[in-house]
Amino acid sequence: MKTLHRVLIVDMSAQSFIVEERPDLFSDFIGGSGVSSALLREYRGRSPEGPIVFAVGPFTALYPMASKTVASFLSPLTGNYGESHAGGRSAVSLRMAGYGALVVLGQAPFPQYLVVDEEGARFKDARSLWGMKNCSTPARIMREQEGGAGLRSILRIGPAGEKKVSYASVTTETYRHFGRMGLGAVFGMKKLKGIVLKGNRGIRVSDPARYKTLYQELYKEMTESDIMKKYHDLGTPANILPLHEMGALPVCNLTRKSLTGPEADSLSGEKMAARFLSRRLACAHCPVACIHLAALRLEAPSEPYFYQTSYVSYDYELLYALGSMIGVTEARDVLRLIDRVEQYGMDAMSTGVILAWITEAGAKGLLPPGAFVKNPPSWGQTEAYLDLIDKICFAPSPFFETARKGCAALAEVYGGKDFALVFGKNEMPGYHTGIGAHLGFLLGIRHSHLDNAGYALDQKMDKEVFSSPDHLALTLIKEESFRHILSSLVVCFFARNIYSPSLISELSRAAGFSLPESLLEKGLELYRAKLSLKEELGFRWEDLSLPRRVCETQTPGPQPDQAFARETLRAARRLLQDTPATLFEE
Amino acid sequence: MMKIKLSVQNPQLCVGCQLCMYACSRRSGSGGLGQPAISVRSSGGMSKGFTIIVCRCCEEPPCVEACPAGALVQVKTGGIRLQKDKCTGCGLCRDACIIGAVFWDPVACQPDICVQCGQCALFCPHDVLVLSKSDEGGT
Repeated sequence: MKTLHRVLIVDMSAQSFIVEERPDLFSDFIGGSGVSSALLREYRGRSPEGPIVFAVGPFTALYPMASKTVASFLSPLTGNYGESHAGGRSAVSLRMAGYGALVVLGQAPFPQYLVVDEEGARFKDARSLWGMKNCSTPARIMREQEGGAGLRSILRIGPAGEKKVSYASVTTETYRHFGRMGLGAVFGMKKLKGIVLKGNRGIRVSDPARYKTLYQELYKEMTESDIMKKYHDLGTPANILPLHEMGALPVCNLTRKSLTGPEADSLSGEKMAARFLSRRLACAHCPVACIHLAALRLEAPSEPYFYQTSYVSYDYELLYALGSMIGVTEARDVLRLIDRVEQYGMDAMSTGVILAWITEAGAKGLLPPGAFVKNPPSWGQTEAYLDLIDKICFAPSPFFETARKGCAALAEVYGGKDFALVFGKNEMPGYHTGIGAHLGFLLGIRHSHLDNAGYALDQKMDKEVFSSPDHLALTLIKEESFRHILSSLVVCFFARNIYSPSLISELSRAAGFSLPESLLEKGLELYRAKLSLKEELGFRWEDLSLPRRVCETQTPGPQPDQAFARETLRAARRLLQDTPATLFEE
Repeated sequence: MMKIKLSVQNPQLCVGCQLCMYACSRRSGSGGLGQPAISVRSSGGMSKGFTIIVCRCCEEPPCVEACPAGALVQVKTGGIRLQKDKCTGCGLCRDACIIGAVFWDPVACQPDICVQCGQCALFCPHDVLVLSKSDEGGT
């Protein structure tokens, strides 16, 4: 575990780095999100734009499906704690380079990219890469400049990050992202174009025989049971039809209750696979391969018999945000929109929700004359949306400057808060299942659907859970507490039903480290530590509220309701101050 | 005599998970990616698929021919074995293998070549790698 305890601290302003041994940190906070948030707290005064912290976990490169890197930063979108998790190869590469965490401080004197390996950090001139209009060319050049094929990971931003769009993402391995909350803009503020991570080394375990046996059992469960089948076959787009059929797929900024059958069918995982699926990919050390690439063949506009073929990664959230949410239901058009935000390096979910708000605000006459060169778009107008994405990224007008700050900022300036679908200033994920989902977004540390999976509670319709605000708050807190353990071990949430608390304890013993007996209580401790950091950064419970629109549009599960939501938030705030033993007492 | 041979049967099904590399590293009882004798790398970007590099048990192995110390031996059951005490670390075997399947252990300063144990194939979730056994007769 010695390699995990090493923290590489890079100062872009001073162009220097140091390595610190921090066993204390990994003992107290496990790794991943626990460690990254703790390091952010330690270093947050050291850079005006805030540090960037990456951390991996004790299972990384030891067990399958534990290959997430967690980034902690100050979110330019919410103005508070930002946390984003990415798959790909970065977690394994960082650990194989000999580090459990990487802290990036300061600003570079000119655009640079970092190379991180066993020797530490090197600062490389990226001026020739700055200003390129896509994410892929800079990555290719970094790939050609640096060695380590197969054992490296390349993180990079596109023009959106350079221009500090508040919801710019960081792309890794072309198809995975630190997508949410604007890490790309923080890279941009630091003039940090990218990071190349590379390394290969072995990790000693305390009980090799037991380690091998447990590994084999884990692998068998992942590949032979039905638990991972959904992600394996169609990927997350398998959710489109079930969510459509239950009436939970958001459509046209929730102005429509649902898509028509043929519209939903066009975006379904089944139809996407039949028409476009060209390749499947996996994150490092994952047998599932949930990444699905579509081959998008487009005619060149200028000359016949010329084509451009792009490979576009599609997931449920992207089909929702750049499809149903803005009324685009022809799958080819959705792929074109995904490709555009991918090339610019923008978060697809935030972008889709912002496009949806602009469409509705435009129709209601809220937007200033001259905000657009053409008329504001109507639902489903792909060309207009492509044009808008360009303008959000590049246009200098005051309207688009505000659009670069996010949906909450737009509604603050131009009105239309009732239909600005934001939760804690983060744009809405694609689950209009009921009050469980929406309270989950509000309550979650990252305001993400993945924080506590409230949408799953709506779908189960467990009456006991929704019988009182206390019951709902407690259920969400319990789930989120356990997920703080998973994200600290950096286990992929798709494997949450495999990595049970008892198995986690066994796996850690075989590897040679110990975890607290009650993982749920430890998870709650990590949850509270992050909440306390958020409060230090200005988070106020009173600022949390449901957008009015989600209460007006029917949900399949319990209908969102402002009064019940307020009570549940009060209950959650109270419960989070209880002792763990009291809280989790059966 | 039973002969074993590892082969890359379905490279188009490779998803780049690298589980084969981890399996190879686990032979020594450790985790991570310490000295696997197999490599999976993208074929010029993830969208273009993957290249799997591993010893293909050449019938007339150039690595064996190139070794001036006689440290590499072609075994009858398949594959190459390194006699560590004879190896001088000259690296000529690595240069002779134009597919890049002679990996290098920088600490020991010796080659690291697949021993055809088949662990990688056992942990390949999509049957990209196959360990075949054939009875070639004789002794």
